[in-house]
Amino acid sequence: MTQAKTPRVVPSAARDPLPAGDASPSPRLSMTPVGGPVLTRSFLVLVALAALAGLTIVWRFAAGLGATTALNDGYPWGLWIAFDVVTGTALACGGYAMALLVYIFNKGKYHPLIRPAILTSALGYSIAGFSVVIDIGRPWMAWKLPLFINHWNLNSALLEVALCIMAYCVVLYLELMPAILEKYKGHRIADALLPVFDKALIFIVALGMLLPTMHQSSLGSLMMLTGPRMHPLWFSPLLPLLFLIGCVMMGFAIVVFEATFSSKAFGHKPDTPMLRQLAKVSAWCSLLFVVIRFLDLSVRGNLAYAFGADKYAFMFWVEFFCFIAPVIILLTKTKHYSLGNIFRQAILLAVGGALYRFDAYLLAFQPGPGWYYFPSVPEIVVTVGLVAAEIAVYVFVVKKFPIVAAEPAH
Amino acid sequence: MATDRRTLLKGFAAAAASMTVVSTPALARARKTAPADAVGLLYDATKCVGCKACVVACKENASLPADTRASKLYDAPEGLNETTKNVIQLAKSSEGQTSYVKKQCMHCVDPACVGACMLGALHKGKYGIVSWDASLCVGCRYCQMACAFNVPKFEWSKVAPKLVKCELCKDRLAEGKQPACTEVCPRKAVIFGQYDALLDEAHSRLKAAPNTYVQKVYGEKELGGTQVLYLSSIPFEDLGFRFNTDQPVPEVQQTVQHGIYKGFVGPIALYALLGAVMFRNRKKSTEGEHDAS
Repeated sequence: MTQAKTPRVVPSAARDPLPAGDASPSPRLSMTPVGGPVLTRSFLVLVALAALAGLTIVWRFAAGLGATTALNDGYPWGLWIAFDVVTGTALACGGYAMALLVYIFNKGKYHPLIRPAILTSALGYSIAGFSVVIDIGRPWMAWKLPLFINHWNLNSALLEVALCIMAYCVVLYLELMPAILEKYKGHRIADALLPVFDKALIFIVALGMLLPTMHQSSLGSLMMLTGPRMHPLWFSPLLPLLFLIGCVMMGFAIVVFEATFSSKAFGHKPDTPMLRQLAKVSAWCSLLFVVIRFLDLSVRGNLAYAFGADKYAFMFWVEFFCFIAPVIILLTKTKHYSLGNIFRQAILLAVGGALYRFDAYLLAFQPGPGWYYFPSVPEIVVTVGLVAAEIAVYVFVVKKFPIVAAEPAH
Repeated sequence: MATDRRTLLKGFAAAAASMTVVSTPALARARKTAPADAVGLLYDATKCVGCKACVVACKENASLPADTRASKLYDAPEGLNETTKNVIQLAKSSEGQTSYVKKQCMHCVDPACVGACMLGALHKGKYGIVSWDASLCVGCRYCQMACAFNVPKFEWSKVAPKLVKCELCKDRLAEGKQPACTEVCPRKAVIFGQYDALLDEAHSRLKAAPNTYVQKVYGEKELGGTQVLYLSSIPFEDLGFRFNTDQPVPEVQQTVQHGIYKGFVGPIALYALLGAVMFRNRKKSTEGEHDAS
């Protein structure tokens, strides 16, 4: 079977609702659907994994959490919270990080990377929200969360995270709407709505930066309530700040990762200088993170725990390696900063940031003697399937809708 | 112009930083005290003979099934679990002494579970009793993450799970009765009463028998104080009480969160600032376009 190259859709004039000025304005790039067949073999594999997860989820609701997960009264939160929600949303912070860079720090030249980042963020946050519904024991009560205002416990960091994530999902899809509407340009409704989005987007995008600032820091605050049951290498009053810096770092790292990867997958030429800049920003965030963490640990006299001979110290240094190696690459190889280096650096930062969050939620949490948790097979199947679904939808949308910037016409 | 932008960016950075790094002592949250009508339990481990009459009475009152997993024959829960709100355990000290210990909700003066609960399903109600409202619980289990005593239990085996925890027999109190566990205790090892009276009683027992007891009432100050108080002849750590600090569990978290979100001024200011910077950037870029054309 030969893959007929589908003709590129004629690039629609770039809808750039918030053209950001820059000292060196780049030529307006237009976003076009990547095109190509959707039902490839790898796509079908992803769909199969997602379907398996779907069946497992049906089982979870039919049989209950005890029968399908390894969760217990000592470890009430497991893979679905620590990975899908806490780590997943940080990996989905590309949209947040890029929005900060483009709209606040006014670096308009990065604009072409915004839409893919927003799409990844929207999908990542959707997965997180969906995972929460699977994870909570009484999901039929969840509708009360946004509505029972007089019952809101304003002390609850989890309430803030829950409401913020719900709101941010809506915001992300609103930010994505122009891309969807452009596809149907010429249609009455699309033509009527596009100018509305053009005007409203400034308020939406500002909300799209405020909400992650709030809930990503609150994901750190959340664990502070485990208080004395959290290992001192992770417990800190600065957890909200560390989580916030971490998510920005991971956001940039994931944008670099994604751009490099999709340039390979879709046969584009990657914009290496631009990715190099992003990788640098990400590494600077990493350095800031490491400095704050070490200062905090030494000021509060907990640095000694890092030199113990236990799994906590070990994981602390593994995290440290992932955080610091990219900084060393950044500081020593500025001249020979190849795409390979950038890619490796992005992976290290994403993995390091993910590990930090995973450790904070699972390893550092010490419910006491006699408790043990390792995710069950159904838990893993669901998480893998949801990630597969995310990738499948991403590939589909990128192929059908104007998300990725076309190569500049010479 | 460039300096203006820099000023704005600095303002943004400062606002973002102030949103996250606020934990000055000035903002520290006041320590709580037990409510005036507080009631509680006083458990004296030196009097307990481990008959588990309280465990049975608790199950009967709460209509909870027997836990026969350990013994196959009798209700013999190994700890608090989804069918057990009250349990007697055998504890061994590092020096080989043994003691029984009763476990149930401690009814903290400043409960972490209440601080965690999103819609206030867990709340500190009449008499300072920490109780659970099924109609407000989404089953997130953040209370379990927060409770330093590992008390709230979740019905993992159920498709429609509930939270299981001691509510100090508030239904019986309403009928003018005392809790089931204190009513049946043959040795009066656990007694029910006004919190202040129990505290006085505990201290007079310590004074009366200084050689019998560890000279401390566990729960008087620990983790901000609990309405269930303990006396013991072996170290409290050996009874399974891991924490010795006076600091209430929610203190650090709520001090930081209140600092960041006081009056919601921070988020609103940040939103306004983000909007203003974006508006400015857009205006500048359109001006730039006009210049170019």
